[in-house]
Amino acid sequence: MIEVQDLTHRYGDRIALSQINFAVKQGEVFGLLGPNGGGKSTLFRILSTMMVPSGGGRALVAGHDVEREPAAVRRHVGVVFQTQSLDKALTVEENLRSQGHLHGLSGAVLRERMEHAMQQLGLSDRRKDLVDTLSGGLRRRVEIAKALLHRPQVLLMDEASTGLDPAARRDLSRHVEDLRSKEGVTILLTTHILEEADRCDRLVLLHQGRIVAQGTPGELRSRIGGDVVVLEADDTASLAQRIEQRFGLASKVMDGQVRVEIENGHRFITEVVEAFPGAIDSVGLHKPTLEDVFVRETGASIE
Amino acid sequence: MSSFFLPAATLWQRELVRFWRQKSRVLGVVASPLVFWLLIGYGSNDLARFYSGALVLTVMFSAIFSTISIIEDRREGFLLSMLVSPAPRTSMVLGKILGAATLAWIQGLIFLAFAPLAGVRITLPEIAVVAGAVFLISFTLTGMGFVIAWKMDSTSGFHAIMNLLLVPMWMVSGALFPMATAHGWVRALMWVNPLTYSISLLNFTLRLPNATPGAWESLVVTAGFGLLLLLISGMMAAQKSTRSAA
Repeated sequence: MIEVQDLTHRYGDRIALSQINFAVKQGEVFGLLGPNGGGKSTLFRILSTMMVPSGGGRALVAGHDVEREPAAVRRHVGVVFQTQSLDKALTVEENLRSQGHLHGLSGAVLRERMEHAMQQLGLSDRRKDLVDTLSGGLRRRVEIAKALLHRPQVLLMDEASTGLDPAARRDLSRHVEDLRSKEGVTILLTTHILEEADRCDRLVLLHQGRIVAQGTPGELRSRIGGDVVVLEADDTASLAQRIEQRFGLASKVMDGQVRVEIENGHRFITEVVEAFPGAIDSVGLHKPTLEDVFVRETGASIE
Repeated sequence: MSSFFLPAATLWQRELVRFWRQKSRVLGVVASPLVFWLLIGYGSNDLARFYSGALVLTVMFSAIFSTISIIEDRREGFLLSMLVSPAPRTSMVLGKILGAATLAWIQGLIFLAFAPLAGVRITLPEIAVVAGAVFLISFTLTGMGFVIAWKMDSTSGFHAIMNLLLVPMWMVSGALFPMATAHGWVRALMWVNPLTYSISLLNFTLRLPNATPGAWESLVVTAGFGLLLLLISGMMAAQKSTRSAA
C-alpha cells in the first residue's frame, strides 16, 4: 500500500533523509519511530504530498507516485496533522462539511459520510460545538473524522497522540485499531512515544535521516538477548571500563548511566554490586524496550 | 466541474462565516480610516478630497487583514488540509481571494454610508456602479495581499512589506494629493501606481473631483491588474516545492 524506495531528501546541504526503503502492506499499522529531527516529519511531508523529495528515489502511496501523481495520491490518503488543521471558529459539523467539499463530496452522500465518521469517532453529540471549545483529545478525533470522509485507503498520522493525556491517548489508539479492523484502513503513523510504537504491527527506527532498524516490535526487542541492566554512578566511564575488564562485557555509557545487555540480569546485578562496592549509586533491571533497541543501534536516546 | 467550484465556494463561505462570528473586526477595519478621514478632512476643510483615499484605505486594511491569515493558516490551520486535498490549487486561490475580497467589499460599503458627509449626492442606480467599483478594488487589493503573503514565512515580514510598499503606494495614489499638483518623479510614480487608478475610478463614480486618469483607463488598469494578480497567485500556489508548503 506504501512503497518507499531509496528516498533521499536534502534541505540545502543538510541531509534529512538518506536512502530510505520500506514497504507497508494493506491493513497494517506501521510506525515511524525516532527522536525529533530524525527525519520522521520530512518523510511524512513527502508521503502526504506537501513537498517533493529533492535527492532522488521515489515513494508510492496506494499505487501512485507522490511526486508525479500527487492528485491521485491525495484522493486515496487521509492526513491527520500534528498541528491542528481545524478551523476553530467553525463547528465540528462545519469543519467536516468544508473538508467534504474539498473532496468534491456534497448532498446526501456527504451527509451520510459525516454521520458515519462522527459516529465512529464518538462525536455525534458534539456536532454543533465550536472546535475552539473542544478538548485536545476531541479535536484530534475531529481531525481523524475529517481525514476519513473520502474513505481513504491509507491514513497518515503525524504525532497524533502528542499533547494528549494518557486516557485520551488510549482512547485514540482504540479508535485507530477499530479503523484498521473494521474498515481495513492502512495506517502509517509517526511517533516518539514508545507505548504507541509498541502497538504498531511493524516499525522503522529513524535516526539522523537513516533507518537504523525495522521489524515487528517483538523482533526488534529480541535483538537484545536477555535483560537490560542500568547502573547509575558518579564515574560512569571508569565503571564501564572495570565491567569490561572483570566480566568481559561491552556496555554503553549515556546520560550518567551504564547500560549492559545480559541474560539472567538478576545474577549479574548481585555480582556487579559486590565487585565494586560503593561505586554504584543505583541499579535497575528491565526487559528490553524499543528505547533499548534504539540506544543499542544509535547510542542515542529517543526522547 | 463541481470538484473545482465546490472547494472554491466552501472557502469563500468559510471566510464569511468566520467574519460574521468576529464582528468586532469590522470596527477595527473601518474605524481607523474613518478617524483619519475626519481629522484630515475637517482640518483642511475638504472632506470630499480625501474621501476616496480613506475608502481605499478601509478596503486595503481589510484585504491585508484577511490575507495575512494565510501565513498562519498554512503552517497551522485549515489551509493544511486544503494543500493535501485533491481540490485544484487554483480553486483554492479563487475561493480565498473572492472570500477576502467580499469581506473587504462589505467593509468598503459600510464606509460608503458616510459618503453624504463628503457631499456626495448620487442616485440609487449610481450606487450600484460605485459598489461595483469598490468590489473591483477589493479584489485587486486582496490579490496583492495574497501574492505577498504566499511566500512569507512570518507575519512580521508581511508588516514590513506593508509599511515599505503598501502604505507608500497608498500615499502616492491620489489619496492625499491629486496627480495634477504632484511634482517631478512623484508624479511619475503616480502614473505607474495601480492604486492611482483605483482612486480615480472611485472619484469618477462618486462624482468627486480629481478623477484623473480617465474613467475607462482607470477601469481597465484596475481590472487588468486584479486579473494579473489572480493569475500570479494561481501559479504560485500550483508550484511543486522541495521545501515544505507548511
